Amino acid sequence: MEKRAIFSSRTLPYLLLLPQMAITIIFFYWPASQAIWQSFLMEDAFGMSSEFVGFENYRLLFEQPEYYRAMVTTIIFSSFVALFSLACSLLLATQADKNLRGGETYKTLLIWPYAVAPAIAGVLWIFMFHPTMGTLSRPIRVIGIDWNPMLNGTHAMILLILSATWKQISYNFLFFLAGLQAIPKSVIEAAAIDGSGPLRRFWTIIFPLLSPTTFFLIVVNIVYVFFDTFGIIDAVTGGGPAGQTTTLVYKVYADGRLGGDLGGSAAQSVILMIIVIALTAIQFRYVERKVQY
Amino acid sequence: MVENRRYRNIAAYLVLTIGIVIVAFPVYLAILASTFDVATIINGNMPLVPGPHAAENYYQTLFFGGATSREPVGIMMFNSMIMAMGIAVGKIVISILSAFAVVYFRFPLRMTAFWIIFITLMLPVEVRIYPTYKIVADLGLLDTYTGLILPLIASATGTLLFRQFFMTIPDELLEASKIDGAGAFRFFKDTLIPLSITTIAALFVIQFIYGWNQYLWPLLITTKSSMQTIVIGIKKLTYSQDALAEWNIAMTTAVLAMLPPVLVVVFMQRLFVKGLVETEK
Repeated sequence: MEKRAIFSSRTLPYLLLLPQMAITIIFFYWPASQAIWQSFLMEDAFGMSSEFVGFENYRLLFEQPEYYRAMVTTIIFSSFVALFSLACSLLLATQADKNLRGGETYKTLLIWPYAVAPAIAGVLWIFMFHPTMGTLSRPIRVIGIDWNPMLNGTHAMILLILSATWKQISYNFLFFLAGLQAIPKSVIEAAAIDGSGPLRRFWTIIFPLLSPTTFFLIVVNIVYVFFDTFGIIDAVTGGGPAGQTTTLVYKVYADGRLGGDLGGSAAQSVILMIIVIALTAIQFRYVERKVQY
Repeated sequence: MVENRRYRNIAAYLVLTIGIVIVAFPVYLAILASTFDVATIINGNMPLVPGPHAAENYYQTLFFGGATSREPVGIMMFNSMIMAMGIAVGKIVISILSAFAVVYFRFPLRMTAFWIIFITLMLPVEVRIYPTYKIVADLGLLDTYTGLILPLIASATGTLLFRQFFMTIPDELLEASKIDGAGAFRFFKDTLIPLSITTIAALFVIQFIYGWNQYLWPLLITTKSSMQTIVIGIKKLTYSQDALAEWNIAMTTAVLAMLPPVLVVVFMQRLFVKGLVETEK
C-alpha cells in the first residue's frame, strides 16, 4: 500500500529520519556488529590484547556442559511458563467473555500485573516463599516438604516458573479475550442449537478459531521467557543455587560480567540473536497465514 | 446459550474471583509487609491484617532508605520517572518523525531506511549488552540520564505503529491541505498530530511502563547510588539474604515501585489495551 498524495523535498525526509537513524546505528547496529566481531576474538589472560581465533569461542562454548545445562534450563523454564500461563489465562478469558455483570471490573482486576516490573514480581514471590519467613512456606513445611528455594535447585525453578507465569497471565488474558470476542456469536449459537454442549463447542469451534491467537502467544511467551525474565531470575535466585536456574540470557550476563569472558559472552549473544530472529521469522510467517484447521 | 445460564454464570464468577485473588495475593502480602516492623516479618508469623507501622515505613523509605544502602527511595523514584518519561517521549518523537518521512515522501533509499529500522524489532537489548555498555562508556555517558535513556529508544515499534496509522489516513486530507497551501510542516503540525493523539497516548502508556520497569540496563550503567532507579534499588535491599535484611523497607519499596505503572494501567486502561494490542501486531 502506497500513498498517492505525497510531498516532494530533497532534504527534508533525510532530516526527519536522522534522529532515529543516528540512534539506531550508534546503539543498535554498532554494538550488534561489535558482538559478532568480538565472538571471533579471544583476549589474553590480562585483557591487554586480543587475537582473531575464528570459531574457537563457539567451539569452546559447545564443549561446556554448563552451556547445555543452561539450554535445558531455558527450555524447561519456557515450556512450563508458556503452558501454565496460556492455560490459566485461556480459562479466565473464556469466563470473562460471558457478558457478566461487572465484566469490565473483572478485566481491570486481572490485567494490572502487566505493569509490575519482572524484578519486582520476583521480589514479591521470594518474599511469599522465603524459606524462613515466607507466609506460604509454613504450610508447605507442614505437609512434610523441606521447602528451600535458596538451596534446592528444583524448588528454585518452581518458584521462578510461578513468578514468571503470574506476571504473564494478564498479557495472555488480554489477547485471548480479544480473540474470543472476535469469534462470531452466530457460529457458536448454531452449534448450540445443533445440540453440542459447552465443552464440545469449546474444543470443536472456539479453540480451533482461536489458534492464530494461541500460536502468536506461544511465540511471544517464549521470547518473554528468554529475555524479560532476566529481572525475575536476578531477583529470585541470581542464577543459583549452583547455576541450576541459569538461563541462556542470564549466562551471557554472568559470563561477561562476573567471569570477564567477553569473547564467550559475545558468542552466546550471537547464538541468541539467531534464535530470536528465527522465532520472529516463524511468527511473521505463520501469524500472517492465520493458523486454522 | 440454550443451557441454564444461571449456574454457568455462577461458575464463571467463581473462576474469575479465584483468579483475581491468586493474582492479587502476592501484592497484598507486600502491602501488608509495608505496615509492620522488621521483627514481626522476620519471625515468619506476619498477621494477615495490616499492622501499625505503615506511616514510619513509608516515611523512612522515601526520605532515608534502608540502613545499609542509605539511599532515599524518593530519589530513586525521581530517577525512574525521568528515565520512563525520557524513553516514552524520545521514542514517540523519533518514531513519528521517521514514520512521517517514510509514508509521506518518496526518496532514494526509502525502503532501505525502513528495513534498517524494522530489523531492530528483532533484537532486544539483552543480547547486545556488553558492546552497548562499552559504547556508552566510551561516550562518557555512564551514570547519566542520557545513557539510561538513549540506547533504549532505538527500536522499531513506534515507527511501525505510526506508519500503520498514517496509512489509514485518507489521501484526500493531504490533497486538501495542499490546496490550502499547507507545506509539509503545517500538514504535520495541524493535521497529522491532532489525528494521531490517541495513538501517541497509547504508545506513551506502553513505553512509560516499559521504561519504568527496565532492569538489566540501569543495573549495568549506573554505578553511583544517586543514579539508581527504584527497580534496581530494591534488589540491594533484599540481597543481604541474611536475617538482617530490612524486609519492611524492601517491601515498602516494592509497593512504591509498582504504584506508578499500575495506576497508569488502571486509569488509562483503554489506551493501555490499544497500545498493547497495536504495538504487538
